Amino acid sequence: MEQGLVYIAAALMIGLGALGTAIGFGSLGGKLLEGSARQPEMAPMLQGKMFLIAGLLDAVPMIGVGMAMYLMFAA
Amino acid sequence: MASGSSAEYIKHHLTNLTYGKLPAGYARVDAQGHQHVLEDATWTLAHSGDEASAMGFSALHVDTLGWSIILGLVFCAIFRGVAKRANSGVPTGVQNFVEMVIEFIDTTVKDTFHYRNPLIAPMALTIFVWIFFMNLMDLLPVDWLPLAAAKAAGDPHLFFKVVPTTDVNITLGMSFTVFALMIYFSIKEKGVMGLVKELTLHPFHAPKWYVNIILIPINLVLETVSLIAKPISLGLRLFGNLYAGEMIFILIAIMFGAGWVLGLFAGVLQWAWAVFHILVITLQAFVFMVLTVVYMSMAHDVEEEH
Repeated sequence: MEQGLVYIAAALMIGLGALGTAIGFGSLGGKLLEGSARQPEMAPMLQGKMFLIAGLLDAVPMIGVGMAMYLMFAA
Repeated sequence: MASGSSAEYIKHHLTNLTYGKLPAGYARVDAQGHQHVLEDATWTLAHSGDEASAMGFSALHVDTLGWSIILGLVFCAIFRGVAKRANSGVPTGVQNFVEMVIEFIDTTVKDTFHYRNPLIAPMALTIFVWIFFMNLMDLLPVDWLPLAAAKAAGDPHLFFKVVPTTDVNITLGMSFTVFALMIYFSIKEKGVMGLVKELTLHPFHAPKWYVNIILIPINLVLETVSLIAKPISLGLRLFGNLYAGEMIFILIAIMFGAGWVLGLFAGVLQWAWAVFHILVITLQAFVFMVLTVVYMSMAHDVEEEH
């Protein structure tokens, strides 16, 4: 019973994290394309900034995945 | 590391080699199950996670400290060697790489930081390269260095955590240092009153002084929370990413013990995750560096008059 709840918790952590980040990455990439289509000369600068935001964005689900894996296998 | 269950294996890989002071009266259990009670408080290596937590505050993570210092020295040695040998001819090999890194940091700092401070760019370079080197230890197969250390010490149960940035002490230590510099430069550039004004008169401000008195406590709470959140999120972001990455490497490594088909599959998975991780470790070092520069820039930012 308790192990089952742990699996459900881990699934929620990974799934909801993935959901939010997928939306975030989608709008991030879309905006990048939009921006560089309007002003192609800005594209390299925008790409650098995009990677910065991607790094910030990537942290949240990765922490969730790590914690979920820890809950499932080690705790 | 075939012996022990997978939970033990994971725990073993996520425990630091701790040197600290055990309190007097602590009952130690050795490998044979014998118990002996310590008469005085003693400085010693912890043999289990329980002993490490019994040490409390007076404990040092020897592996984290050692690797971070070694990698810092490696960074200094490489960059110093290149700087000594640098000439105006066509750059080769390491010199090419070092020049590329320095130029990259220089443009990034120039883009974000518009004030005069000779400390910021060298600090950004140190942060970036040092964190990158510490993160790079993540790409070494998880068992190599711990097994080598256990062989060298002659103790098969020696704890040894290779990646310094998977220890929250390192990442929070760095982010609190950044926080201290932030406060220092704020006071240096704006004075103590400037800092106090920044904390109390923003984001809500009214032209009448009696309205301001009501707004000051609200501003203070909001600004303090956002100030404290900066170093904590900075440190925990790096820690969380690397910890999760290391965790997944360890989980894949468990599969090596389950026959050669799964072992081969695990090898492919390790490789794929390592390739993805090259991006993650560089990105996290970059994010830490850029955020440090941004925070420094905010500290130098003198507010316009109201």
